[in-house]
Amino acid sequence: MEREFTLDVEFVASPGFTILFGPSGAGKTTLLDCVAGLRAADGGTISVDGRVFLDANGKVNVPVSRRNIGYVLQDLALFPHLSVEQNAEYGLAHLPRRTRKERVEVLLHDFRISHLGKRRPSELSGGERQRVALARSLVSDPCVLLLDEPLTALDGATKSRIIDDLRRWNQVHRIPILYVTHSREEVIALGERVLVMEQGRIIAQGTPHEVLTAPAQETIARLAGFENVFDAQVWLVHEDRGTLTCRLAAQESGSFVLLETPLIRAASGSFVRVGIRAGDILLAISRPDGLSARNLIPGRVLSLERRDMIVFARVDCGIEMMVQLTLAAREALQLKEGQGVWLVIKTHSCHLMRR
Amino acid sequence: MSINWQAFWLTLELAVLVSAILFVLALPIAYWLAFSRARWKFFIEAILALPIVLPPTVLGFYLLVALGSRSPLGRWCLSLTGHTLAFTFTGLVIGSILYSLPFSVQPFAASFSSVDPKLLSASATLGASSRRTFFRVVLPLSLPGLVTGVALTFAHTMGEFGVVLMVGGNIPGVTRTVSIDIYDQVEAANYASANGMALLLLAFCFTVLAIVYGVNRKKVNQRLLTMAAAK
Repeated sequence: MEREFTLDVEFVASPGFTILFGPSGAGKTTLLDCVAGLRAADGGTISVDGRVFLDANGKVNVPVSRRNIGYVLQDLALFPHLSVEQNAEYGLAHLPRRTRKERVEVLLHDFRISHLGKRRPSELSGGERQRVALARSLVSDPCVLLLDEPLTALDGATKSRIIDDLRRWNQVHRIPILYVTHSREEVIALGERVLVMEQGRIIAQGTPHEVLTAPAQETIARLAGFENVFDAQVWLVHEDRGTLTCRLAAQESGSFVLLETPLIRAASGSFVRVGIRAGDILLAISRPDGLSARNLIPGRVLSLERRDMIVFARVDCGIEMMVQLTLAAREALQLKEGQGVWLVIKTHSCHLMRR
Repeated sequence: MSINWQAFWLTLELAVLVSAILFVLALPIAYWLAFSRARWKFFIEAILALPIVLPPTVLGFYLLVALGSRSPLGRWCLSLTGHTLAFTFTGLVIGSILYSLPFSVQPFAASFSSVDPKLLSASATLGASSRRTFFRVVLPLSLPGLVTGVALTFAHTMGEFGVVLMVGGNIPGVTRTVSIDIYDQVEAANYASANGMALLLLAFCFTVLAIVYGVNRKKVNQRLLTMAAAK
């Protein structure tokens, strides 16, 4: 029933947040399950804080219940038949009753849910349930906390308040927190360190800024929100100006678009990929002049599509570019399909990736 | 219209005893069925479901042979107690347990396996052994299924006929249950008595089931209800 899946990763997480970022199916949850011991990896080693959980060669495989990890599963998995207090107390069965009560009290207080102790999970809001799940998995002082997209369903404000409380808790306890997400916003908001995963492998790591603003590979580019990703060839190298001229392959044979981009270590003629965010492109209805931007490309509006409060214009310039506009801008320019336009792109809005 | 209260109390005693024994017996079996990944599980499942499809006389016949003085089991029992289990109340209990086994095991197993596996994972990550997980999470969340299973077993034992006739015979106060009594009365053309006993059984079983299903409301497993109704 289970499909073949190879998870091949190697990393060290230090205390604090480590974000596992990647498209669904990248193996993020599988990785957490392996750390937790819910899935058996058939090779490799896993150790937390000096304790070996898994050593395939040494035949060590500590059962889940002995690992003392905190794991907040994707849909929280609160016990529906137990109260908030009983849920929080669940992991403390080995302790005397008084110690249990004290510990639970502290954790419920830390996560601001003391007043909810007697309620059942079904009587809580999404954010409250989230807090209960965190308190429940942290009450036994785990050596690592695993969070599987825990906050995706919550609004921004609720989310950041919960994160703040978790950060405060972890300032005292200093444990590694592995946080799985596919949301770019969460990566930027949380990340001290990001591991980008794809098809069971880590394809990039670093700070969110490093990983997302200068994507080294196309997958990360898409994840990082580059609506426009093009195959290109280095045409000219201007060492003195610190730029390159790249030739973007056009759909129709013969025509092509030249783009000035930042300098990277690449020989003339080598193949690269260029990522440009739709929001970084300016659109003009007549040829602008006296601009600092180096790329001025004529084109024709293919379609205008409104998504929420933003308009996406598909523009044909030999290649197809996505341009993001505000509703007001569309009104002011009186944009219509088929209209001729000019696209303005700054050199440093073009992000180069190796192929 | 005369009511044979002796037969009624005997039947009730049998049903209560069988339901209680089966409750204890079916829990581990159902647990295994719900959570085992053994490749030959289907085989055991088929065996456990047999009493649903076999004519009670077939089951009763084999039981009679197994309990009789020619089988090793019967001889062993004979040497131990001086008589075989055939045509005794104990024999009846054993027969009824086998006959009603699926009516306990299947609702139990169905409700165990409908417990969200994520809850089991969560329990394990919180340091709970599988034993503690079973008693703290699986069992409480399976309560409606347990109630259904016990009720079905009880009602099913109350009304059984074929197995009782084969294994128990028709000894007043020992193995003569309500259904056997009704059959006897009809044979003797005592329709009034048969009617009285039939009505009593009907009313009693309906009341028990109505109470159980009322308590359990919508949580009961509809599929198992239809299974019981088809029987």
